[in-house]
Amino acid sequence: MSDPILTVTGLKKTFDLSQPFLTRLTQGGGRKYVHAVDGVDFTIPRGTTLSLVGESGCGKSTVAKLLMGLTQPSAGSIRFDGHELAGTRAGQPPAVRRRMQMIFQDPYASLNPRWRVARIIGEPMKSFGTHPDPVARRREVDRLLEFVGLSAADGEKFPHEFSGGQRQRISIARAISTKPEFLVCDEPTSALDVSVQAQILNLMRELQRELGLTYLFISHDLAVVNYISDQIGVMYLGRLVELAPADRIFAAPQHPYTRLLLDTVPDITMAHRDMDRPAGEVPNPITPPSGCHFHPRCPLANDRCRSEAPAFRTRGDSHVRCHAVEEGRTDPMPLRKAG
Amino acid sequence: MTLLTVENLTVAFPGRHGTVNAIEDVSLSISPGEILGMVGESGAGKSMTGAAIIGLIEPPGRIAAGEIRLEGQRIDTLRPDEMRRIRGRRIGAIFQDPLTSLNPVLTVGEQLIETIQTHLKLPKDEARARAIDWLRRVGIPAPEARIDTYPHQYSGGMRQRVVIALALCAEPCLVIADEPTTALDVSVQAQIIALLRKLARETGVAVILVTHDMGVIAETADRVAVMYAGRIVEVGSVTEVLTAPRHPYTRGLMASIPRIGARPDVLPQIEGAMPRPHARPAGCAFAPRCPARIDICSQTRPDLTGHATRSVACHLSKEVPA
Repeated sequence: MSDPILTVTGLKKTFDLSQPFLTRLTQGGGRKYVHAVDGVDFTIPRGTTLSLVGESGCGKSTVAKLLMGLTQPSAGSIRFDGHELAGTRAGQPPAVRRRMQMIFQDPYASLNPRWRVARIIGEPMKSFGTHPDPVARRREVDRLLEFVGLSAADGEKFPHEFSGGQRQRISIARAISTKPEFLVCDEPTSALDVSVQAQILNLMRELQRELGLTYLFISHDLAVVNYISDQIGVMYLGRLVELAPADRIFAAPQHPYTRLLLDTVPDITMAHRDMDRPAGEVPNPITPPSGCHFHPRCPLANDRCRSEAPAFRTRGDSHVRCHAVEEGRTDPMPLRKAG
Repeated sequence: MTLLTVENLTVAFPGRHGTVNAIEDVSLSISPGEILGMVGESGAGKSMTGAAIIGLIEPPGRIAAGEIRLEGQRIDTLRPDEMRRIRGRRIGAIFQDPLTSLNPVLTVGEQLIETIQTHLKLPKDEARARAIDWLRRVGIPAPEARIDTYPHQYSGGMRQRVVIALALCAEPCLVIADEPTTALDVSVQAQIIALLRKLARETGVAVILVTHDMGVIAETADRVAVMYAGRIVEVGSVTEVLTAPRHPYTRGLMASIPRIGARPDVLPQIEGAMPRPHARPAGCAFAPRCPARIDICSQTRPDLTGHATRSVACHLSKEVPA
């Protein structure tokens, strides 16, 4: 792929959940770790969108935090336009971090309730020094407010005076205020109502076209991801199990977990379909299953899947982590969804 | 025969700027074994309608007008102690968060047995056998062993199954399920949807399913009522409402949902946002956002008109034969 803006290789994050040393000594019990992100690789070409999807606890939000420097990786590399970011703190180095911003899930929690909107949007410009002059900064704030579909007069208001969708517009204005090239969007529409969600998704697409932005989009909603993405990565218990172009992954999903996700999405065009539901739930990430993490729920699992973790293999333009796909054991399951 | 009828129900909350109607003039009915979906955005009044039926409106809110009848008996005027006997026994409830709707210090069995004994007056061992049977019916593996464990020992999906068993174990004729799958992951959500449909078919219990998710409605409900700004704007069978929506709001809502398999350049969107309860316009509440509005829309509020199986509250739909 041409001109990658972000390349992530072997990214890992392990959280130590052990009891304190003395407690372990007196009461027994060993150390406990959660491998929240367990070796993730992907590349995002400039001006495109990569989405990470998965169920709660799969590590998709941890990837977002690692990229932004909000938490430090245990291993692996994050290269942004030639700069290595693994091991640097949030906001460091400023010349690179100015070019990366984030939009959060909850527009009620991510805006300071005591600040006026103009100050909220102006804050990144002030702290990165892109608009040191207050008058010029205010002019830029007014321009941004109109750009995201609010009015310049809204700068004098407080966040509580706005609806959820309008607040998310304020978050977006703040995120693009330092003219970033790369935005991490962690479930930006999942707190919004459906009719408002479409407004925000359209705004984000428009921004991408006009400003040439690159997105890492995190979501659990496959339909939303299908609309916004160029590439889609499916995560399961800290591992990327499939990464493919968006149209490929819905038309011809490879990994059994991707198939399961596609099958279970409630579909407004499929009233009352009665079908066998895939059984089981995501296991506890502290004690993940051996081998391939998905094997207890997988219809194609065999002894190799139970003992050996599959590698992330390239097949054409997609990447899949599955022994069955590698060995050609997947029967061509009929797909009712895509197409 | 209808099981529950709600007629012209209005729930009012006194506020600083006068009384605010959370829901206005809501009428609906449901038959035994039927799953009625109530869909709408946050603040549309769908949960409030469910709370009014089950008699759980928090004071100072009150039912200001209308009536609710369960099997012909008027229940909105009952005394709190009379209502308590109906709640659980004849109307069950399933809430969004399975962790907060179970008591963490009692075993699952104790909670089920208590509910069964309270409402059905059975001896303890019979109640326990029934509890195990209910756990089996909602798909808990090894119910004889799991009955003596605590809610925190269950996963999210299994907990919601327990909540469903609790709602159904006193054999009510109606269950109000308020966003029962919203806190769950998609693969688990699908299992819970399938379970609700199966139990409604088996036991003949009627379900009012409150959700914001059209996909869940499509796969679960038989009929759907779409709410907007405190009123029902459209009612009909799920297939009809979803494939041929008549109200401009339903049409806009359906169009704005992204679909797998379709990748349009721009998603159709409804401009603006739903008005808050104290700032609803005089005419049709959707008129300011409506692409098809005519003069009368901002002056007169349209009534819900049509026939029993399909009705719409829109001035424009009157020109279309029902």
